[in-house]
Amino acid sequence: MLKISKSRLGELFDAVAAKQTLYIPTDREPGAAEYKKYESGMELTKELNTVRSAKDFFFPQTENLADFRIDGKNIEVRDIREECGDFVVFGVRACDARSFTILDKVFLCEPVDSFYKNRRDHGTVVTMACSRPAETCFCQTFGIDPTSPEGDAACFDDGESIFFKANTEKGQAFIDSIASLLEEGDTAKLDEVNAKTKEIMAKLPLAKLSTGNFGGDKLNEYFNSDKWAELSEACLGCGTCTFVCPTCQCYDIRDFNTGHGIKRFRCWDSCMYSDFTKMAHGNPRLTQLERFRQRFMHKLVYFPANNNGEFGCVGCGRCLAKCPISMNIVKVMKALEEK
Amino acid sequence: MQEAMIKRAKELLADGSVDRVIGWKRGEFAYDITPAVFTSAEELEHDFVFDDFTAANVSKYLVKETAKEGKILAFLKPCDTYSFNQLIKEHRIDREKVYVVGIPGGPKLDIEKIKAKGITGVLSVKNEDYTLKIETLYGEETMPFSEAVLDKCASCKSKKHVAYDELIGEDGDVLESNRFDMVEKLENMTAQERFDFWRGQLSKCIRCNACRNVCPACTCENCVFDNPKSGIDNKAAADSFEENMFHIIRAFHVAGRCTDCGECSRVCPQHIPLHLLNRKFIKDINELYGEYQAGADTTSRAPLTDYTKDDCEPSVVHERGVE
Repeated sequence: MLKISKSRLGELFDAVAAKQTLYIPTDREPGAAEYKKYESGMELTKELNTVRSAKDFFFPQTENLADFRIDGKNIEVRDIREECGDFVVFGVRACDARSFTILDKVFLCEPVDSFYKNRRDHGTVVTMACSRPAETCFCQTFGIDPTSPEGDAACFDDGESIFFKANTEKGQAFIDSIASLLEEGDTAKLDEVNAKTKEIMAKLPLAKLSTGNFGGDKLNEYFNSDKWAELSEACLGCGTCTFVCPTCQCYDIRDFNTGHGIKRFRCWDSCMYSDFTKMAHGNPRLTQLERFRQRFMHKLVYFPANNNGEFGCVGCGRCLAKCPISMNIVKVMKALEEK
Repeated sequence: MQEAMIKRAKELLADGSVDRVIGWKRGEFAYDITPAVFTSAEELEHDFVFDDFTAANVSKYLVKETAKEGKILAFLKPCDTYSFNQLIKEHRIDREKVYVVGIPGGPKLDIEKIKAKGITGVLSVKNEDYTLKIETLYGEETMPFSEAVLDKCASCKSKKHVAYDELIGEDGDVLESNRFDMVEKLENMTAQERFDFWRGQLSKCIRCNACRNVCPACTCENCVFDNPKSGIDNKAAADSFEENMFHIIRAFHVAGRCTDCGECSRVCPQHIPLHLLNRKFIKDINELYGEYQAGADTTSRAPLTDYTKDDCEPSVVHERGVE
């Protein structure tokens, strides 16, 4: 397999960044990593994952959709879409890589979301295999193998070198573009690292968590469960879980009055918010219980019902780490399963 | 302490003094505690927890809980009692429906500080003579207790309970804290340095509203930022000016009412030191109107809603703005 010594990773980043925009996960402060546009000298984080997920690259928190300019009685609608430049997102974990498959199902089905597609077409996702899963990880519940991540190209770290493998044509093109820096390497040590990671995976506290009791056919069973009241009791109704989630995809469209026209933008929305899906008649979910239930039913029942059994969660564990009251999908699954 | 609390809660449930108990419920790991309401001895024995990670302030839940039938037992740490009093003062809690049991305060631990040391895969955390023994998926680690203390506890303002019906353990005193040190540092910066500091911090905001929703001083039924009729509702910042203004407006709204419980910064997923905005207001109020601690009592008039002849003149704002 082709590899590069970790000490030369900076050279590799420089070479990639010379041709297109490169984003890598880097430390913002101890314990908190975020994706940043690569600048020479920037170092890859040692954190397992970023606080915000990688979905931002394809589905940003806010984006403008159209401009309206008002001149007397005339309203001019401006299509502000433009082809985005090619970019590479490096170091995406297996969980986040799978989240793109989930987002694709939402945004690339008819009618295709051209804003999302534009970025997907121009973005190359280079993943990084995990070797130090956290206690909050449960990607294996959703059939994800963190030692063999999806993405256009996958990287593997054996401690000394980074190995590269192409998963798609785009990934192959990425590897070809840096081929002059790579050399053939022996994967014996990497195989050991992966075997060790798999041992840890089996020992994770959530290793046994299963989706077996969930899916599109469980609507009535869970929708009316008496567990929701207790589960949602302490929910603050904030949007932390939704906004750190790599698969949450709901958005709102708003108009911003610029004084001489309108900017129509969309922004992430959260089903936890009191004005989520508010319509002329009011809000269909009046209580926090209903809003809380929506989030988990969407991931565990509605999404698989509409997407051939695929669940709307990738087990990244961000909500487990970040919810201010430590309520999360794992606790919900376990509680609902108790008969 | 946990055992004494469970025992007392069971007694008060059994003799009908209270119908429900609000405290903390254990989670999947050593640290993921959830505030919870308990209604039976079995639930208390099975799930109730009080340990180094039970930092969440449950006072605000009493707004919702005291709107229900029956009486609730609330376990309040010293800092929580200030929020409780402030909510009483604002007529948000029905005092008759709460039985307050004062319990000792922190210092509590911050799991994120443990993880920031590179200690990951945390399975258990034990405090042995103020050294944390941390069992992880990758072997045992140790670190000093003091380095994992929550920021809000590191600058604890008081060990004294300002409201309670009974106490478990002894009451403490109001402390000389170092809580204004960082505010002073910010005050001593140039305007540009200070602006850069806050732009750097506030640009991390993802507008999850966790700070607002956890805040015991934020109990409006419909926040202006959520209300389409307000004209200033926004789910996301339309520009970076709005991003900053959300937090500044919120700090103004809780000025004089914020007890400095520190929950805003504790829950921020992006580690924005939001409490510093509030502390600046507290420090200014202390300097301009005389020492005042929101929530210290339920009857006094707050400086910003009171008038005395000694009040500072509005021109103080202008005078202090001159560099």
